[in-house]
Amino acid sequence: MEIKKSANVGEWLDQRLGTTMLAKVLMTEYWIPKNINFLWAFGVVLMTLFALLVISGMFLLMYYKPDTALAFNSVNYTIMQEVAYGWLFRHIHAVAASVVFLVIYIHMLTGIYYGSYKSGREMIWISGMLLFVTFSAEGFSGYMLPWGQMSYWAAQVITNLFGAIPFIGPDLVIWIRGDYVVSDATLTRFFALHVFILPLIIMGIIGLHFYSLRIPHVNNQEGEEVDFEAEARKYKAGEKKKAKVIPFWPVFLSKDIFVLSVFLVFFFYLVFFHYGFAMDPINFIPADSMKTPPHIYPEWYFLWSYEVLRGFFFSADLGLIAFGIANVIFFLMPWLDRDPAVKPAAKRPYFFIWFWVLIVDLIGLTIWGKLPPTGVNAYIGFVFSILFLALFIILPMISKAERNGGAK
Amino acid sequence: MAGCDCNRRGFIKGAGAALGVTAAAGAGLTAYAMKKTWDPLPSVVAAGKVIVDVSGMEEGQLSLVEYRGKPVFILKKTGDMPSNEKRDVVVEGNRYTVVIGICTHLGCIPAYLPGESMFKCACHGGEFDSSGVNTFGPPPKPMVIPEFKIEGGKIVLGEEGPEYKKLMAMA
Ligand code: HEM
Ligand code: FES
Repeated sequence: MEIKKSANVGEWLDQRLGTTMLAKVLMTEYWIPKNINFLWAFGVVLMTLFALLVISGMFLLMYYKPDTALAFNSVNYTIMQEVAYGWLFRHIHAVAASVVFLVIYIHMLTGIYYGSYKSGREMIWISGMLLFVTFSAEGFSGYMLPWGQMSYWAAQVITNLFGAIPFIGPDLVIWIRGDYVVSDATLTRFFALHVFILPLIIMGIIGLHFYSLRIPHVNNQEGEEVDFEAEARKYKAGEKKKAKVIPFWPVFLSKDIFVLSVFLVFFFYLVFFHYGFAMDPINFIPADSMKTPPHIYPEWYFLWSYEVLRGFFFSADLGLIAFGIANVIFFLMPWLDRDPAVKPAAKRPYFFIWFWVLIVDLIGLTIWGKLPPTGVNAYIGFVFSILFLALFIILPMISKAERNGGAK
Repeated sequence: MAGCDCNRRGFIKGAGAALGVTAAAGAGLTAYAMKKTWDPLPSVVAAGKVIVDVSGMEEGQLSLVEYRGKPVFILKKTGDMPSNEKRDVVVEGNRYTVVIGICTHLGCIPAYLPGESMFKCACHGGEFDSSGVNTFGPPPKPMVIPEFKIEGGKIVLGEEGPEYKKLMAMA
């Protein structure tokens, strides 16, 4: 191709990078259905939260010290009291790390409600679940860094889980920790994971997640199969009202930015006035390997799977197996749902009930995950755990029944 | 010139195989080195032995010692506590419970409740009796007895004496 003299910077770049084409593919001719609601803005909210985490994290990194002798004070004294606005970056980081899971759960459950994981959208779902897993690892490794009592004991309990793997378990635990107990070696390697390795992997998977959306396009409120090419032609021909689609940029994103703005008002309200929920008081006591706090529990977003683990209070092995299943079962949604038609839950009578029972169960597990596991609580937790597993056993059956005409 | 062609193809195949094998070996060695970087350091592995003098302990007293980064509970049993032939460590005629104080469920440190003569784990409600045997909750087995040797009124942790071997043989 012949390079011509360009009139401006835009043209100069276009000749070398094909920016006009790129903008079309990614933005101005990336078509989004009109028939969607505010729940479809949560992907962009997640992207924003991830950006907030990265930026606030960079500023924390400038004073944090990954050493068991120094970590606690570098956070609780240096960053919180000495560094100008250090508290602000810490609060943003802690609140975003907590709220990001709330938004991930909303985003996932939206996908489940509208059936956005099947008929060509499997890769979106799988890449999304990979993001969930890597975010969980990111949250766990970050929680260790302030080296308080909760940091220490959460690390101790979670690394111990690997000990249950047959044959290699006990050696694997020592390998992960680099010591017989959680110690300095453990802190520094989790620091490396938290600030570099995992964020790098997450960025890669976010790229995959967006790419996997490009070909099947996003779903819509009715699960309607939109002929994107035909609708796009209408839109480009000026029939903007009749077309069922709008371009990602600037039309769709302007709606997203509205939802995002509302969300950010709520977010910064939490950062300034209600950050306490994201920082456990017990974690303001320095780590002590000789003293377990009287009651330990994970951050709220891990409570549901933690309760599945604890629910089988009479058998550690069953608990671990159930916990393992709980952590991967959502990956299988596209295959457990045997009805290939993409429809919102409201149009699938059995699935509708299934969905709301799942929500109630997840909330129940979350509440009981925080309560001490004694007396009747142990049995209630057990019922919620069994219900969780049962839901995924019956899903293939009810969805098959619906496919065979059970639902209109 | 078919032969020439054959040779060339043979050469490319050979070179390709050599490249593949070298690359695979390099990748394997790199993975091995990466795995080894996460192993415990020699200084960590070479944790010394710990000597505990139990002759001055009172009945019902619990002492906590640190051994290889882990807590060890030493409880001098009272007459009321049931004896356990498979687990009691007998030093100068007195019975002691000597266990690594880590819950066999997920590794929290159980607390000793003197009133009830038992250990209770706060994490998931596991309970152990005065011999360190699990009696309730998720812990799947009794607390572990560390390697020990008896020297007069002292217990040496980190060495396997005849008494330790005898207990292990009974377990
Ligand atoms: C934490 C990082 C994540 C980011 C930054 C992210 C971002 C996005 C964005 C921007 C969209 C398009 C707009 C929308 O429908 O909201 C999207 C769609 C989607 N995401 Fe995610 N996502 C993340 C995690 C997840 C997770 C954990 C899942 C669940 C397994 C998931 C499943 C989906 C699905 C199914 C869609 C398609 C929705 C539809 O077609 O209607 N994502 N994501
Ligand atoms: S770690 Fe002790 S009961 Fe779970």
